[in-house]
Amino acid sequence: MSDGQEKAVRSRTALQIGFLILPIIVSIVITALIILAVGSDPGEVFEAVLQGAFRNSTAFAGVINFWIPLALCSMGLVVTFTAGLWNIGIEGQMMFGALFASWAAQSLTLPPPALVGVEILLAMLGGALWGALVGVLKTRLGVHEIFGGVALNALANVAAIYLISGPWQPPEGGSAQATAPFPRDALLPPLSGEFPVNLFVLILVFIAITLVILALRGTRWGLHLKATGKNARSALLLGVPTTQSAISALIVCGAIAGIAGAYRVLFTYSSLRPFVSGGIGFLGLLVVLLVANRGLWAPFVAFAFAIILAGSTRLRVALQLDQSLAGVLQGILVLLVLTANGLRQRLMERRQSGTSPEPQSGFKPITTPGTEAINE
Amino acid sequence: MTPELINILNSIVSNATPLVIAGLGETITERAGVTNLSLDGSLALSAMLGFVAALASGSILVGLLVAMVAGGLVALIVAVSGIALRQDQVAIGFVLTLLCADLAQFLGQDYTGRSSTAMLVVPVPFLSEIPVLGPILFRQQAIVYFSYVLIFVVWFWLFHTRRGLPLRAVGERPEAAFARGTRVNNLRYVYTVIGGALVGLAGAAYSLGVKPGWSNPPVMRGDGWIALAIVIFGGWHPFRVVLGAYLFAALRALSSAIQRSPDIDIPLVLLNGLPWLLMIATLLLVSSGAVERLLHVLPRPLQKWTRTFLRSDPPAALGTRFEPD
Repeated sequence: MSDGQEKAVRSRTALQIGFLILPIIVSIVITALIILAVGSDPGEVFEAVLQGAFRNSTAFAGVINFWIPLALCSMGLVVTFTAGLWNIGIEGQMMFGALFASWAAQSLTLPPPALVGVEILLAMLGGALWGALVGVLKTRLGVHEIFGGVALNALANVAAIYLISGPWQPPEGGSAQATAPFPRDALLPPLSGEFPVNLFVLILVFIAITLVILALRGTRWGLHLKATGKNARSALLLGVPTTQSAISALIVCGAIAGIAGAYRVLFTYSSLRPFVSGGIGFLGLLVVLLVANRGLWAPFVAFAFAIILAGSTRLRVALQLDQSLAGVLQGILVLLVLTANGLRQRLMERRQSGTSPEPQSGFKPITTPGTEAINE
Repeated sequence: MTPELINILNSIVSNATPLVIAGLGETITERAGVTNLSLDGSLALSAMLGFVAALASGSILVGLLVAMVAGGLVALIVAVSGIALRQDQVAIGFVLTLLCADLAQFLGQDYTGRSSTAMLVVPVPFLSEIPVLGPILFRQQAIVYFSYVLIFVVWFWLFHTRRGLPLRAVGERPEAAFARGTRVNNLRYVYTVIGGALVGLAGAAYSLGVKPGWSNPPVMRGDGWIALAIVIFGGWHPFRVVLGAYLFAALRALSSAIQRSPDIDIPLVLLNGLPWLLMIATLLLVSSGAVERLLHVLPRPLQKWTRTFLRSDPPAALGTRFEPD
């Protein structure tokens, strides 16, 4: 390697690292300015968030309890993004999983370990059904998955509110807040009082991460999804069953999201609540956008987001601030990473003056035929 | 016509106004080939900022302007990221949807539950005296009258001015427009920002007009998606988009009338699902497959009419990039 080449490589690496760190710093600065705008002290706020996440083992368990559903959703979304699908319906898939799990928790009487297993399986079924519906609307009936997903999210929430305020209302009287707590045997048990996390679902998360990565890399199905996502029309001409691929991706994502929904009702809340998904599915979309659909990175970014999310729950108590600040920071970060990525590509093209193609590293934007035009 | 029915129709027109303005804004943007998916967030953010600005300055006009600037800026982010930085417009739009909604909630936290300074209802002289139509259409807030004018301005601009042709061309066939000397990306910037400013105005039409005040969750949550669906239902034609907005507001009024009626026993919460079922139904109706199937069933004379009325084809270059070199 000549001196010049080496220099070019070094400066390109520097550029990449710069464009990785810069968005993080800038997003923190902008968030600090926003905090100043509402008349609070950014230092106090960031301290409260860190306190909220790390002050003791129970607080850290809170981080894990956000990470579990978020990592699950992110892995599910890696599947659908690979197939070129914008699965905004993931919130609804989570909620439907939660509904199915809640039904089982209230209606079935089985020995505890079996009951929990059945609840999780039913939650997967519920999420898969709601995902399949998005897929059928998209592939058979021409309703774009973004709109189908948004509508099905709202409908799943309406179903939950109906059940809470009607058939499943607590015996002491109807409120739209929550069902009565589920029986103890139906709930996922915590590891310990100091570290309340459920080990069984935690293990399921690692299994899901492994399975998704392996399935996408090494199976025929994964290959079909990639082909469908890259160019659905050519894939179809080459004999890839694109319709089945798309629907199966949504079913798999829905099933994984269903586990996330089950965790929220069977552990986090011990009851069914309205909007039980709490925006975690949407946050999963941000995670996957941030890592440009690389499954191996998703759990790590999900962990960082879980820290922010769990930490921000303390804002209300400590500083009387709205916890939507977490979403502000996360949104600005993803927006800056995406735009910085575009900026970096422009800069590198200018340097190379179009002689060699863009190297396939750093943050790659997700552009697939399925995502380019949202109206078909 | 009973005064009661006239009142209902009057409120349908005013409730539809934000959807009309946002739908027209998004129509302009998408006609130029750019998708601004951020509506559900940018409506909330501009509504909140407009409301706070009007409250602080004591002037509704300042509030409207601030809301328009906010909507325009959000759209500018979509345009710069999508055009200059070549990012996926849907991705940027979705991130902005979440970000703007959270930003509105965070920045507006001290203003939740407050309401004041709404626009006054100003009857139009003479026109408001027309029987039936007068009290329905011309006893409204100024922003409603503005929306009437906007409908015709957008339609006229798109189809009957010298500048409307290049606007449609950059959304349909940017290469051809470029060959004729149109600066494609410049036009896309301009119309994306104009469309976004109208979305901002629509936000203020809630917080300063038809649903005055700011609340958490905001009253317009979900309406951004509805507006985006209405643009598809409207086939990217201003008149049809507006028709969609009024129909939607009418059906919403109907469902709240059902809620009030003692004879019909539907659990109240289930009616909240109606708009979303309706959204799926309308998108099913205009998706090409469904229309073709419908055409086969219809008698021949009705076929052509149905096709022109129901077919909804997006601008051919919607959401794609154009590189001049």
